[in-house]
Amino acid sequence: MRHLLAFLLKHYFILLFILLEVFAFSLIINNNYYHNSVILNSTNHITGSILNTFNNISEYFSLKHVNKELAEENARLHSLSEKSFLKTDTNFLYKDTLYKFISAKVINNSTNKKNNYLMLNKGIKHGIKADMGVICSNGIVGIVISASENYCSVMSLLHKNAKISAKIKKNNQLVNVVWNNINYKIGTIEDIPTQIYIHYGDTIITSGHSFIFPEGILIGTVKIYLTEEGESMNKALIDFSTDFNSLHYVYIIDNLMKDEQLNLEEIIEYE
Amino acid sequence: MSNIYLKYTLLFVFLILFQVLVLNNIQFSGYVNPYLYVLFILLLPFETPKWLLLILAFFLGFCVDIFTKTIGMNIAASVFMAFCRPAVIYLLSPKQDFEPGIRPCIRDLGFMWFFAYSLILILLHHLVLFYIEVFRFSEFFSTLYKVTISTAFTLVLVILSQYLFYNLKKT
Repeated sequence: MRHLLAFLLKHYFILLFILLEVFAFSLIINNNYYHNSVILNSTNHITGSILNTFNNISEYFSLKHVNKELAEENARLHSLSEKSFLKTDTNFLYKDTLYKFISAKVINNSTNKKNNYLMLNKGIKHGIKADMGVICSNGIVGIVISASENYCSVMSLLHKNAKISAKIKKNNQLVNVVWNNINYKIGTIEDIPTQIYIHYGDTIITSGHSFIFPEGILIGTVKIYLTEEGESMNKALIDFSTDFNSLHYVYIIDNLMKDEQLNLEEIIEYE
Repeated sequence: MSNIYLKYTLLFVFLILFQVLVLNNIQFSGYVNPYLYVLFILLLPFETPKWLLLILAFFLGFCVDIFTKTIGMNIAASVFMAFCRPAVIYLLSPKQDFEPGIRPCIRDLGFMWFFAYSLILILLHHLVLFYIEVFRFSEFFSTLYKVTISTAFTLVLVILSQYLFYNLKKT
């Protein structure tokens, strides 16, 4: 014990230096979004391949459930496809793809942390870039924050920085969806003007104003409407339509016109 | 004795305010960003205990960081700089015990000594700061360019400040 104390006293300068530097670096990584994503990115490569192998094995156990999910999704897509609509005038059928959907498999997911991330098995090789939206068959999932060669990290909607522009389906009022860390099933919508009344079961969908998600993707339904005296904006709790705890296959959305839209927005800002 | 504490406290506050209010708004051609606040670590008396040096550098970096919203980066750089200071002093004047009244400034130790002392420490500080900021080695040379230019600029400001407040220090 005395030797240890003597050692500490002798080298206190370098020990204090190391302690302070470690503290500084932990601050950097926890507080700076960019540094955090670089760390995630470089570790993606290693953890990705390990988790992928593990996932390949565990996948067999949920095949039945996944099959059912895919069949439902297929049915829904069939009902949306062109042949399921009555064509009256083919001359005015304007075809121009705005959103491209890339399917991906979830190989890592968390729902119980303060900031949750997912990892998907698609990366730069498959055309994935940061700021693409991620949805599943039930609703929205999150936003891609970084991509390596074969994998990408997704900031889940269950993240303190996640803020999704949404609207109330029945009256098109714009609101914001955030996550208040209660549990993975419940989110919050903010900035509801006080003159708007919403009720239990009202549907919340994406607004399509963010260039990330197309309009009209389901987010959830209203659970409890919270009003506060003297506040200009009200809040409400919603039930997410996505079950974040059982995500298997998701779709990454590539907005093909995003650059054009952002350019236009920049021009407006400069003027 | 309390006079010296007051003087350094004022210097601390002044340098941080000058850094965050004036210098952080200066960015010539996107490369040059002088960090004059390190002058505080340069000017601390020789007899400052080593642990106090690190702690002061930590708070100095922290204060700059909370204004620039880059929590941690300036802390890491200034703590590293403070850690290197005793070694640099030993390197420049080995086996020399400084008298109690002597400070690390141009008036007491001459231009060449102060120039070399500031250059080494500012360069170390900027190297750490800029490489932490980019956080990858793929932009190695463009970062090195940034470090060089900013070091030169900070050094000019440090030397200039010595001449500006020369008379003040003499009294």
